[in-house]
Amino acid sequence: MPRIALTLGPVFFHWPAERLGDFYRRIADEAPVERVHLGEVVCGKRMPFSDPVWPELIERLERAGKEVVLSTLAAPTTTRERRSIEDLCGDDRLVEINDITAVPARTGRPFVAGPFVNVYNGTAAQFLVRRGAHTICPPVELSLVHVGTIAQACPDAEFEIFAFGRLPLALSGRCYHARLHGLHKDSCQFTCEQDPDGLVVDTLDDQAFLAINGVQTMSAQVQAVMPTPMECIDRGISRLRLSPHTCDMVEVARIYRSLAEGRQEPEHARALLSGLGLPGMLVDGYSRGRAGADAAASA
Amino acid sequence: MIKGQHMELVCPAGTPATLRAAVQAGADAVYCGFRDETNARNFPGLNFSPKEMAEGIRFAHDHGSKVLVAINTFARAENPDPWRKAADSAAASGADAIIAADIAVLDHMAASHPQTRLHLSVQAGAATPEAIDFYAEAFGVRRVVLPRVLSVQEIAALNRAIAVETEAFVFGGLCVMMEGRCHLSSYATGRSPNLNGVCSPPEAVSYVEDAAGTTARLSGFTIDRYDRGEAAGYPTLCKGRFKAGGKTGYLFEDPVSLNAGSMIVALREAGVTALKIEGRQRGKGYVTQVVRAFREAVDAAEQGHDPGEIDSILAGLSEGGRQTTGAYRKTWR
Repeated sequence: MPRIALTLGPVFFHWPAERLGDFYRRIADEAPVERVHLGEVVCGKRMPFSDPVWPELIERLERAGKEVVLSTLAAPTTTRERRSIEDLCGDDRLVEINDITAVPARTGRPFVAGPFVNVYNGTAAQFLVRRGAHTICPPVELSLVHVGTIAQACPDAEFEIFAFGRLPLALSGRCYHARLHGLHKDSCQFTCEQDPDGLVVDTLDDQAFLAINGVQTMSAQVQAVMPTPMECIDRGISRLRLSPHTCDMVEVARIYRSLAEGRQEPEHARALLSGLGLPGMLVDGYSRGRAGADAAASA
Repeated sequence: MIKGQHMELVCPAGTPATLRAAVQAGADAVYCGFRDETNARNFPGLNFSPKEMAEGIRFAHDHGSKVLVAINTFARAENPDPWRKAADSAAASGADAIIAADIAVLDHMAASHPQTRLHLSVQAGAATPEAIDFYAEAFGVRRVVLPRVLSVQEIAALNRAIAVETEAFVFGGLCVMMEGRCHLSSYATGRSPNLNGVCSPPEAVSYVEDAAGTTARLSGFTIDRYDRGEAAGYPTLCKGRFKAGGKTGYLFEDPVSLNAGSMIVALREAGVTALKIEGRQRGKGYVTQVVRAFREAVDAAEQGHDPGEIDSILAGLSEGGRQTTGAYRKTWR
């Protein structure tokens, strides 16, 4: 049976350098994941804080046998942000593209098409594969059936699903952390740093609904898609992406590892995940072609 | 664009009658879509059959206007046929351009209908010279509809860096998220702009009355609440009232609409080729009124009138609702 690999996605939040260092050193030493994404995806203004820590962490992860992927910005606007994408695309490591902006700079060399790139069908997938896409993690709103159809039309790429974490739902030119604090994006004071898993947005009747993370809007609930190995194989899915949070990500990876190896039933794996102090309830509606907010395995 | 060149006024039409009204009110171009999920305004009772589209194009051409056909959702993995058919039908009917976002649709147009102009939909979210050049080189895109998150200064810089035309929204609904990359609607309701051509769809909306007033919900999520006697608005997800960090309010955007009439001169100086009015879901009367006012405003801008005069031409269009110039002014962020 082909092995289902685990990928640790990029950290979406504004974690201070020290937290990033502690996090990735522990991932290098303990997490049973094959691939680790590093890099700022959400906000270019955070890059001066995290950029200095990456070289040491990349080396540390590679020494531990992890395949490192450099993730790039999902919504570049400034000249500096665009240049950072171009620079990263010149790297010999695998690069994750999260905006079409990066495609010309990476054409002909292998890349990961991340969930912010609109791959909704086989034609789009094949088009990107011809330019170098090697792994495709389709937009989060696609069901496993849809991903399976795309994968079938595009046998030359690996397909990965966004299996764990608050769902990246939207990006804006406006910073919602700044807006909430009565500030503008240009003088934001980095208030997003106060919320290392994002800040929950409740409805007026106190239902946890969304979460804000600077210019990004996420789900308040936590995506927990738990396919069996056979389901993955049937759908052409060879990787599960785990998106970092402040909970014990090594334990999250262990739970998914046992699931991917068929040593754990999804139901039991979900119960184990729920005990990890996650920032929200488990949802998996998208994977079943329903609303993303639908509770996990309510079918 | 070259200074002094005519700016194109691009107007919405959800029905054949609205198309005729927009043309007669002075639209340089009208944009519309087929009656299915191939376009991003897939609402009941709206849009065109292939026959109506062909007739609409004929009518517009007879009156000196263009028709741009929006096929701007993402083709379904299991059945891309409707998107292909829509593209073929629009091209065969003599559409002046197709507005598309999906690589599959763009690829099909470039391969099968290279003579038909391609415009990149706002749903493609192309906001950098690299992204725009990519679509121009890969598919021969001739114009890009700009995401509603750019400031006028950024648009000017963009126009200096790219070879294709740009089109900017000036009036109507305002997406605060980057279009084509927003899954808020499907997260709550299961249906989204990219997949189904709808956002916060009507079938998911409910209004619940109690002693205190009315609660507007979307698939059971409370989006806003109104006191007794207060008019309840439509629960568009990103314009709702929520709580976070001990504060309650419109966390994403107030229930406002875009009116960048005062920015027409600035957008023209920033090199924008076409100005777009949102509102394919709007009726004939509304479209006529808005198109007429913008026709007058654009003509005034081209004759060198100042922004204050242009603003006064458009003053009557507010409908009592609140308006914003959106991201065009940097303070919006």
